[in-house]
Amino acid sequence: MTKLLEILTEIRPESSFSESHDFLDDGLLDSFDIVMLVSSLDKTFGISIEGIEIVPENFRNLEAIRALLRKHGVET
Amino acid sequence: MNFTFRDKRISGILTILPANERSFLEDMKAFDFPEAKSLKLKLVMGFDKHRLATDGTCVSDLAVFGMRYLFDRGLLQPEAIDALILVTQSPDYIMPPTSSVIQGRLRLKQDMFCLDINQGCAGFVVGLLQAFLLLEQESIQRVVVINADVLSRRVSPKDKNSYPLIGDAAAITVVEKTSPGEPIHASLKMDGTRYDALMIPAGGFRLPSSPDTAILEAVGENNWRSKDHLAMNGTAVFNFVQTEVPPLIDELLLAAGLSRDAVDYFMFHQPNRFMLEKLADKMGVPYERMPNNIVEHFGNASGATIPTNVTFNLGRLLTERPLRLCFAGFGVGLTWAAMVMKVGPLAFCDTIDYAEEREPC
Repeated sequence: MTKLLEILTEIRPESSFSESHDFLDDGLLDSFDIVMLVSSLDKTFGISIEGIEIVPENFRNLEAIRALLRKHGVET
Repeated sequence: MNFTFRDKRISGILTILPANERSFLEDMKAFDFPEAKSLKLKLVMGFDKHRLATDGTCVSDLAVFGMRYLFDRGLLQPEAIDALILVTQSPDYIMPPTSSVIQGRLRLKQDMFCLDINQGCAGFVVGLLQAFLLLEQESIQRVVVINADVLSRRVSPKDKNSYPLIGDAAAITVVEKTSPGEPIHASLKMDGTRYDALMIPAGGFRLPSSPDTAILEAVGENNWRSKDHLAMNGTAVFNFVQTEVPPLIDELLLAAGLSRDAVDYFMFHQPNRFMLEKLADKMGVPYERMPNNIVEHFGNASGATIPTNVTFNLGRLLTERPLRLCFAGFGVGLTWAAMVMKVGPLAFCDTIDYAEEREPC
């Protein structure tokens, strides 16, 4: 399991993130989860995701989150 | 829009908090929310405790209690008040203005100006702006600005996005003319096209409250509110703050000819810890110069949050010496406003608990 999947699973142990293409529409993540996800990503990878980047499009699926992390120089 | 004011000052601030306190972890039990997740949220968002007015406590009760506290201690003379501005979104009545109710309950003089302003989280700066404008008049020497809300009564206890963070409070700020000193600078912007990002849909004349508007509706997972309750588009509000506030502060400091380092403290409205930390990161302001503990201790009490931040975190300092403060509030309207000014030494800068009085509102 990648570090990103580990973080997501820690936030929502009951959700199957690798099988969803839209975490928000599928109800896998809500707004509180996104806040906790950003906080975990910041801490785990030593980055600071900017407030203006915290929009649903950046957290819709694994590829979107990976693209956001790449902007901060993180490859997962 | 930029403003400059001269020869005016804040002479004292008093925060009044309901004594009734609830804990975030208690609240979350009602949502059938996993305890581990609640603990993480508590840490990240800074939710811990919040102060809520008991049923029947109105804005004028908190305000009158605070004003009497000041009168009884000789910190403010009733006859010296030339204008009273109340900034609230939870008035005692739709009509008359609650500022008039407060004036009447305190038996203040008739030769004065009372005004209600319907504003929320930007309401401290908006109230000060209005007070400074009034002080341009020869007949007005001293203005009392009261920021007060009991909005918890309009937040669904089953709305886990809003209920754990809401707080009730009142704050009294006395503003007056003074001898020449450093000018006060302010910037204000409004965008009514986004009016529905934060609103209570029912209860006005557009949609009067009725049995239908009181019906709880599902809004997300295990989350319920009615049209009589406060509704917040959290994502839209978060992005509004992160997008609009940093350039507003840049504009303000540029107009004032000040660097960020010239500001002692950035006393901002506090929706939650996470949002304010992201704002501080974006602005390059160290966390210790942007106090961020009011939601944690008392909840978010709308326009009263900034003065609560000042009295709770800087109360003692400000009675001893002046500090250059940058205030910023952002919220309903949408409205975002900031002000930079020297504050202190103040005659008073205290936080007190409200003790219920028997006089009905």
